[in-house]
Amino acid sequence: MKWEVVIGLEIHTQLATASKIFSGASTTYGAPPNSQACLVDLGYPGILPVLNEQVVRMAIKFGLATNCKISRRSVFARKNYFYPDLPKGYQISQYELPIVSGGHIDIVLDDGEIKTIRITRAHLEEDAGKSLHENFHGASGIDLNRAGTPLLEIVSEPDLRSAMEAGIYMRKIHTLVRYLGISDGNMQEGSFRCDANVSIRLKGDKKLGTRTELKNLNSFRFVEKAIEIEVERQIEILEEGGHIVLETRLYDSDRNETRPMRSKEEANDYRYFPDPDLLPLVIEDALVDELKDSLPELPDAKRVRFVKEYELSDYDAGVLTANLETADYYEEAVRSTTVASPKLVANWVQGELAAALNRDGLDIAEAKVASAELGLLAERIEDGTVSGKLAKEVFERLWHDGGSIDDIIEQRGLKQISDSGTIEKLVDDVLAQNPTQLEQFRGGNEKVIGFFVGQIMKASDGKANPKQVNAILRKKLNE
Amino acid sequence: MSLNREDIEKLCFLARLEVTIDEMPDVESKLSDIVKLIDQLQAVDTASVTPMAHPLDREQRLREDRVTESDEREQIQLNAPLVERALYLVPKVIE
Amino acid sequence: MHDRTLALLADDLAARRVSAVELTEHFLQRIEQFDAQLNAFVTVTRDEALAQAAVADKRLAAGNATPLTGIPIAHKDIFCTQGVKTSCGSKILDNFISPYDATVVSRLRDAGAVMLGKTNMDEFAMGSSSETSFYGAVRNPWDHELVPGGSSGGSAAAVAARMVCGATGTDTGGSIRQPASLSGITGFKPTYGRVSRYGMVAFASSLDQAGTLTRTAEDAALMMQVMAGFDERDSTALTDPVPAFSSALETPWQTITIGVPENFFDDGLDEGSAQAIRDALRVFERLGATIKDVHLEHVHLSVPVYYVVASAEASSNLSRFDGVRYGHRAENIDNLTELYMRTRGEGFGAEVKRRILTGTYVLSAGYYDAYYLQAQKVRQLISDDFARAFADVDFLMGPTTPTPAFGIGQKMDDPIQMYLNDIYTIGANLAGLPALSVPCGFSGGLPVGLQLIGAHLSEPALLKVAHYFQLETDWHTRVPAAYA
Repeated sequence: MKWEVVIGLEIHTQLATASKIFSGASTTYGAPPNSQACLVDLGYPGILPVLNEQVVRMAIKFGLATNCKISRRSVFARKNYFYPDLPKGYQISQYELPIVSGGHIDIVLDDGEIKTIRITRAHLEEDAGKSLHENFHGASGIDLNRAGTPLLEIVSEPDLRSAMEAGIYMRKIHTLVRYLGISDGNMQEGSFRCDANVSIRLKGDKKLGTRTELKNLNSFRFVEKAIEIEVERQIEILEEGGHIVLETRLYDSDRNETRPMRSKEEANDYRYFPDPDLLPLVIEDALVDELKDSLPELPDAKRVRFVKEYELSDYDAGVLTANLETADYYEEAVRSTTVASPKLVANWVQGELAAALNRDGLDIAEAKVASAELGLLAERIEDGTVSGKLAKEVFERLWHDGGSIDDIIEQRGLKQISDSGTIEKLVDDVLAQNPTQLEQFRGGNEKVIGFFVGQIMKASDGKANPKQVNAILRKKLNE
Repeated sequence: MSLNREDIEKLCFLARLEVTIDEMPDVESKLSDIVKLIDQLQAVDTASVTPMAHPLDREQRLREDRVTESDEREQIQLNAPLVERALYLVPKVIE
Repeated sequence: MHDRTLALLADDLAARRVSAVELTEHFLQRIEQFDAQLNAFVTVTRDEALAQAAVADKRLAAGNATPLTGIPIAHKDIFCTQGVKTSCGSKILDNFISPYDATVVSRLRDAGAVMLGKTNMDEFAMGSSSETSFYGAVRNPWDHELVPGGSSGGSAAAVAARMVCGATGTDTGGSIRQPASLSGITGFKPTYGRVSRYGMVAFASSLDQAGTLTRTAEDAALMMQVMAGFDERDSTALTDPVPAFSSALETPWQTITIGVPENFFDDGLDEGSAQAIRDALRVFERLGATIKDVHLEHVHLSVPVYYVVASAEASSNLSRFDGVRYGHRAENIDNLTELYMRTRGEGFGAEVKRRILTGTYVLSAGYYDAYYLQAQKVRQLISDDFARAFADVDFLMGPTTPTPAFGIGQKMDDPIQMYLNDIYTIGANLAGLPALSVPCGFSGGLPVGLQLIGAHLSEPALLKVAHYFQLETDWHTRVPAAYA
């Protein structure tokens, strides 16, 4: 393809504070309309904003985690425009002097290549309310509960070259803010959303093409699909000799198309100026140092450590560290057993556990098998008490009915047969019952070993220790 | 710099402020006088001056992250011209 | 009763020579008698006042009163008062009942001061004559054909006509000092941030400061003691401790150096006023002050800087008045843009519209650097001029206004002439300095005000100097004949 795609993302992540960025109203999601919009959020005459300490700490943490510069002095500005979900007629944001700027993060592409994406800036701002259009006989209803909710807007450089890269980058930021504990990242509730600036140019061109800004991208899948569809649209226009109009477009997920936003048609002049109600935000080195020391282990570091400490593949470590809860679950499981290998535990977390969570639509925090139980189950596999195959049955019972692992193994008779005398007898019986196959083996057909193992396992109701079965079978066959 | 009627109409739209046809001549002449007044600033050499946003050189104070406000919607909405199901009503918003 | 100052009445209340209810009834009666001709009040809160006075009397009897307990005051209608209309002199807030109290209001209420009502003002405090109010012009008690000054003209007229003991005001470019000067009373604007702006309808946030309109500096000190101080709801409120203002007045006179900005005695200054100011300076010389000429190099640019900065901030501050959550809303509306444009077009008066448009202009793309940023830089130069002066002198003194009160309607058609009224007062707002105006004589039978400006946080010294002047002179005791 002769076209190169150029994408920059603006991610709005809601900061996980108890109260709003400039008021003491609650940020809890889903409250009755306007019940959490206090006089400050409503832009009442005479009210004034006072900055929430937590949002400052959270922004600094993000900056530290993304190799950014933390501005020792930043300024809040007013972005002036009229919209019903914006009570004051201006949004308090940061413009010329954001709190965080000039950093970068690495993303791992599907082919394993590591790519560095530059972060232009991250700034603090207040969210707007919501307009509801249903059942108001031609009017819109305004709910201002969300107005004043703290946002960190994370702006990337136009370093992303495909919809897939954009998706990977967005996931990476999502992982990061959750690791840092600064956002719940809940996309259904709008806590993590994204606008994408998309343009295309001929490969080799230095100059950027005219971009469009895609709004309303509130899932990873939508980001990828919207960019794909927008890139197709732009290519088609340029190949037909047309030109791209600089505009804001809304992604319609139902129709999988982008269309211009009518409300943004008029060229806006936001008349930014420093908010006279807020003084310059000055950040002392001591605070930055304190937060630097308090940073949790970040995803990249954790992945490297998992590879080293638990002898996992890079892929396994990547999957297990993709979110903090999974990584923590895994480590707790590993630490609960001195017998089971970390690799075995990793297989179970990514296998049975992930499947069960997926099937029941649960988060790992809601897993019905606790991490220590999964560790113990792996230990029972490792010490030969139960076979890997029957352990799946134990897991299922545990998941659905609870109880203790050892009781389940005992009561359901799932205990592995590891007594060599018993196994020898099983082997002898199977060999005796299948003289034809034995002849074939003697004739040089090694494949029938599999047949014998199958028969022996069947005869033991799957309980015979497969390793021992194998060893004893080979010994007998070679006698 | 001076302002013509078209400039003023643009400003009126930016400020979402209706100026009627009757008011316009007065607005036009008075705004032009005001622009003349503020144009005096252009003559001042400020090349090395830092802009002053606040009268005192102080820093932003931070508020503890604590919920201090309770639900006073009913009381507050007594001032609202048009409310339905606790929502403020406006003519349909087109996105 | 009404010829006594706030301080004297506080003594009377404390000594139980008069009750709060008696005092309140007396002043309410004066409002009833005189306000029809002055139009100083937008709202009179008779019932609430009497109830508050009764509570004040209980407090006085119980011995847990403050010096302001039982003192009848009025608030400029820019301060939010819970359950009482807060109009800011505008049609757009004509139906607005505030659900909360401004910090100034709650502090004075907690101290036991009795609110008699809300005073008239220029719409959104934009004006120097109190003529731009939706509720009509306020009249000067010294001559009903003249303006009382503005924007706190209702408060000034109410105090000058002895309808209240003291009143609150706000000063963005002179809106306390200028009406005090034109009405023959004492007007005090503290250091920016000394008094909380919470609950004060914002005009220009980086300039607005609440203060007092009273008969004397001593009265101002009593009110300031209650109003001043940190407020966690205002990010720009100063955290500095509040000094004891009243006791500062009692300290012995100390030698001071007074700077007189020569630029304040330019061609625009009325000769009679100039003479009154020179006489006042002689009083200070007699007290042992050294007088020095100072030159404030950029202060002549105060007016253009102010009209850029204040209008810019105002254009943004007033965007919230959109007819959605409170206030006036236009009817028969088809779409959102029309709702905004007509609501605001109908709700705001001509002067407010001009300021919004000016502010929108100076912030708009292509003009921001030339106007807004340039004004911020010149503001810095003006502020630096003051700082340099205060390295050399303790106070600056000069006229508050170029002329005494002017005629109603006289300057309404010439905004620039109106703006130039504030030429001597704006500097203190741009630099955030405390300043006050005290009566210092008459020109053509009309009061003249002497302006005193101090360095940041010099309120105690400033009030003390004004107090000593008032011990030496009796201009502050003069009352318009009709209101004696």
